[in-house]
Amino acid sequence: MPSTNSWLSIRQDFPILDQQVNGHPLIYLDNAATAQKPRAVLDCLDHYYERDNSNVHRGLHELSNRATTAYEGARERLAAYIGAEAGEIIFTRGTTESINLVARTWGDAHVGEGDIILLTEMEHHSNLVPWQLLAKRKGASLRFVPVTPDGLLDLSNIDELLAGPVKIFSFVHISNSLGTINPAAELCARARLAGVTTLVDAAQSSGHLPLDVRELGCDFLAFSGHKMCGPTGIGILWGRKDILAAMEPFHGGGEMIASVGFTESEFKPAPYRFEAGTPAIAQAIGLGAAAEYIDGIGRAAIFDHDQALARQAVDLLEEIPGLRILGPRHDRGGLVAFVLKDAHAHDIVSMADQYGLALRGGHHCTQPLLRKLGVPASARASFYFYNTPEEVEQMAAIVRKIQTFFA
Amino acid sequence: MNFEELYQELILDHSKRPRNFGPLPDATVTVKGDNPSCGDEVELSAKLTPDTVETLKFTGHGCAICMASASLMTIKIKGKSRQEAAAMAKAFRHMLVTPEETAVPESFGDLEVFSAVRRFPQRVKCATLAWRALEQALSTVPAAPVSTEEND
Repeated sequence: MPSTNSWLSIRQDFPILDQQVNGHPLIYLDNAATAQKPRAVLDCLDHYYERDNSNVHRGLHELSNRATTAYEGARERLAAYIGAEAGEIIFTRGTTESINLVARTWGDAHVGEGDIILLTEMEHHSNLVPWQLLAKRKGASLRFVPVTPDGLLDLSNIDELLAGPVKIFSFVHISNSLGTINPAAELCARARLAGVTTLVDAAQSSGHLPLDVRELGCDFLAFSGHKMCGPTGIGILWGRKDILAAMEPFHGGGEMIASVGFTESEFKPAPYRFEAGTPAIAQAIGLGAAAEYIDGIGRAAIFDHDQALARQAVDLLEEIPGLRILGPRHDRGGLVAFVLKDAHAHDIVSMADQYGLALRGGHHCTQPLLRKLGVPASARASFYFYNTPEEVEQMAAIVRKIQTFFA
Repeated sequence: MNFEELYQELILDHSKRPRNFGPLPDATVTVKGDNPSCGDEVELSAKLTPDTVETLKFTGHGCAICMASASLMTIKIKGKSRQEAAAMAKAFRHMLVTPEETAVPESFGDLEVFSAVRRFPQRVKCATLAWRALEQALSTVPAAPVSTEEND
């Protein structure tokens, strides 16, 4: 585990963090929305565009060769990152597109009238709306694992929920609005026993803790590059090889075909079958660099660091009058969402910004969950490995000032 | 920028103790407005005659800017002619997207406190939610009252 000093030197890798915002040093605590990019990733993008930029897989010249090698190298890097094979890694635009891909291709083929799609009440809109659309197309229905008032999944009757014509169980690994870490491996094992296919939404976990798809035992895993120090516009869908091999294409176009006639075409095998058109080449290569950078620090160490900051934040925020923390108290990922009796989330975030503190305020794309918890909107501080205990202290002090102002 | 400029005493007062807050049993029109990006909700009820906005009240929840804007709006609009109300709503929404140095018309009165919102473009939606509901109320109800029952 890096020492305090080396965490500080890791922070130097992020040029964006060294700036003043509204006359104060930036305290960036909106990492669950998007993470900052280290010099290694920025340099990688520069190098690609300055030296290697070319289209992949179809050029016969040197630059195309280099671009293809780097692009496929990134695929291998991402495969190693989650314990998978390169042929199982599909580049998408992000978690949202990954889930839509599964709902459209696997879903259309396997979910029919009267079938059930099992989700949880703590899903992000991106793991809810694609399934609502699928259910509507097919005459299927949605079922939900309930959330307890403590912000945990109520698993007391999970086997009953998995019973019946349930075709897929898609759930979030770490909740973006509660910080809850769901027991993904256990849930996948239960689903497998019930013959139910699983998708794990790893948007909030992929950059924060070690992930191995064989250990998780899931069938699909989706995550975004930009939440783990990579560029925007790139993400991963991992699928088990045998499942991908049987899936129909998602988008049609160049790059995904084996041969094309005027009326019919034959498609390449996975993963290319699912990557129509010129892909986000630089972004994929940048994501590969991000994965390499993160593993240079170590995800186990990152997880400990994030959790320690979240614990510290919970302890400090709890002292503030009229402040309610959402989700489990201590056993949580690196984020803390809260509401103040006297101040609305938007007012908190606007004022925090005047101190150079970047928080998120709103429903965090989990409207049904917050409605159930009886909270219209919450403020959220989310941490990453470049954040420091001093920043957490300053954050709590600023929130205290805001509380006093509105009380 | 000092946030006291945005959160002036008048805004804090009206957000904590919103005026004309509550149901309006004899309303002729009720409009629900929401800001899907943050979850703010304002339900505006008004008693309209063919010519005037006789009275109006609101319920809901939202940030200080949203609540204070709704509260001050009800005071400002109550008793105004429908034409004046519509013009005020339009002028208020327009003011929020003018450059900071543009003078605020005298007719705004207390509403002038919202001029600081111009420095926070992402908060303009908070300040206009109730006003959009008012515009909707004015436009959905024709000047002459209508009934859902057939009058033979």
